[in-house]
Amino acid sequence: MKNYSIKPPQIIISAFLITLVFLAYTLEMNLVILFNESLVKLVMNGVLVLSLIPMLNVGAGMNFGLPVGIIGGLLGMCLAVNFRMTGFHGFFMALLFSLIICALLGWIYGLILNRVKGREEIAGTFIGFSFIPLMNYFWTLAPFQNREMLYPIGGQGLRPRISLENYFNNILNNLYVIRLGDIEIPVGLIGFFALIALFLYWYFRTKIGRATIAVGENEAFSRLSGINIAQTRLIAIIISTIIAGFGICVYTQSYGFIQLYDEPLSMAFPAISAILIGGSTGKRAFIFEAVLGTYLLQSMYLLTVPIANEILIPELTEILRSFITYGIILYALLVRERRRNNG
Amino acid sequence: MRIKQQAKGFINSEHLVPAIFILLSFLAWQYSGLSGNFVLNQVITRFIRDGILVLSLIVPVVAGMGLNFAITVGAMAVQTSLLIVIGYQVEGVPGIILVIIIGVFFSALLGYLIGHILNRVKGKEMITTIIIGFLFNSIYQLIFLVGFGTIIDVPNKDIILTRGIGVRNTVDLGMYRDTIDKLWLLKIGGIEIPLFMILIVLLFAGFIFYILRTHFGQEVKAVGSNTETSEILGINTNMIRIKVMILSTVLAAFGQLVYLQNIGMFDVYTAHLNTGVISCAALLAGGASIKSAKIRHALMGIFLFHTLFIVSPQAGQNLFSNAALGEYFRSFVAYGTIALALIFNVKHENKYKKPVQKPEGV
Repeated sequence: MKNYSIKPPQIIISAFLITLVFLAYTLEMNLVILFNESLVKLVMNGVLVLSLIPMLNVGAGMNFGLPVGIIGGLLGMCLAVNFRMTGFHGFFMALLFSLIICALLGWIYGLILNRVKGREEIAGTFIGFSFIPLMNYFWTLAPFQNREMLYPIGGQGLRPRISLENYFNNILNNLYVIRLGDIEIPVGLIGFFALIALFLYWYFRTKIGRATIAVGENEAFSRLSGINIAQTRLIAIIISTIIAGFGICVYTQSYGFIQLYDEPLSMAFPAISAILIGGSTGKRAFIFEAVLGTYLLQSMYLLTVPIANEILIPELTEILRSFITYGIILYALLVRERRRNNG
Repeated sequence: MRIKQQAKGFINSEHLVPAIFILLSFLAWQYSGLSGNFVLNQVITRFIRDGILVLSLIVPVVAGMGLNFAITVGAMAVQTSLLIVIGYQVEGVPGIILVIIIGVFFSALLGYLIGHILNRVKGKEMITTIIIGFLFNSIYQLIFLVGFGTIIDVPNKDIILTRGIGVRNTVDLGMYRDTIDKLWLLKIGGIEIPLFMILIVLLFAGFIFYILRTHFGQEVKAVGSNTETSEILGINTNMIRIKVMILSTVLAAFGQLVYLQNIGMFDVYTAHLNTGVISCAALLAGGASIKSAKIRHALMGIFLFHTLFIVSPQAGQNLFSNAALGEYFRSFVAYGTIALALIFNVKHENKYKKPVQKPEGV
């Protein structure tokens, strides 16, 4: 954090955000409610963003294969719902199931990525893309029994949207909410987020965590100093996948529905753009950058919806979102590769 | 040992991938219960629609830039020019000529831009082209969903949504339909062969064949095989790469034009979305890799890939009584082919060549 400096994308996004807040103020929207929502949105998407950090730091690049971890988390939740586990017990078991599944998936994913060293990003993109239709088979054919998850007609195949109403909907969102006037602070939700951030902080302090950073910075040098490169990379990728699984669990309990089938297809890009807006160069990332980037991006999304509706072009929100997402990723690719080429 | 080597020689992707596709399509066709004539007619139609798009991928691969997923940008360029021409109601032959002129202009300009971008991200071209495709898609949407009717005034109100802002989801190309599709139609039994359109696709194939044998083509090959050596030989690598991208994008624009006029309808916001992935998968299905692609790979790949594409939903319906499973299989084949090509090719590359950091001083 010592040499943290503000970079052009952050200036642009911050300026845009201030303009939006000003616009929202002049359009007489309730800024307090928007602030409350922004805290929820931060954690809802933040864990997915945190999951990118180990892979970035080990030098495996931006994890465009995020759907792999997301699907592990979705499967974990589906299992918990299938066994009708409710409340905290249900959410905890969902996390446990997704931990096991994601560890396994992450291990396979890591082995593949170790074979394509140097092209992890493009390979990850298509591993994620091709894993989704493969899992669509599973969602359609797997023998789940809970009728609330299955298509009402025919009784086979999971619904694209499974309601968590009777299970663990908003379980973290409603945990220890502190109210200061109109401001609501969901302490439980933020606490869970902090827990994962702390875990990452601790991980990078351990021996293996230091090795992770060393491999990311200079692979040839770390090999000379006796670090097992393949193993270090594998561990970082597994951790990334597990946190991605947790991330989708947190996202889903806040959203209220398990979204299956093609839904994870485009989830990697907003998460990646968030960490890049936070100031990461796409080579090294800090927890602080993930938090800052997610907060800036999510608050901006939150503000553009009502404003775009106000000026009667509702599609504008979605277009602006994708424009910012892909624009920032392209910018990061350009800056990172130019640095690499300059030595 | 020798047997093993021979086996390795046979089981390389150039033979193995098409063999798998032939096997899969044959099995899926058997289960689909579709008649051979129907499948063949469909495949010929797809061959015409997607032929030039797949061909446009060859030159970037030869230049060592990998699969160019940014051909969607070329597709969007020609769609833009179509919308402009329809918006200003230029009909008939002058309309088509105008579409081609504006489309080539836009795609050449964008190709130049993409080439410049790719010169700054050497070694990461493919992921960059994907992101470029997505980014231009959002710019395209911004122009036609928000810009048309507000900033840009369009005389033809038929293509504008009723609220007065943005282009409709589908635009009819009735005024251009069936102009060249049914030319020189040959009927053998139940099979219809539109000879003229097939000749056009083959003409483009011949054009690429010719280009790769000119002086420029030799330079492209040199750049593809070794950047540093070609730099020493006095070839302006960056300029060659930019020219390659311009060529690829312009060809993609022509490809999308043929595709759209063959369909006769034009989904403004979705027609171009899958062109990149499907064309790349088709090229790989023919036995190409991300390091080498020949015209026969492209021509064969379209046949193999689209046969599987046509028969798999019906096969899914008959096997599992669920057509959606066939759909999933289709997208799995499209994405999976590319994923496997990347995984195996990079492994191959790492084995024979140590990764070299390019001292490209900019």
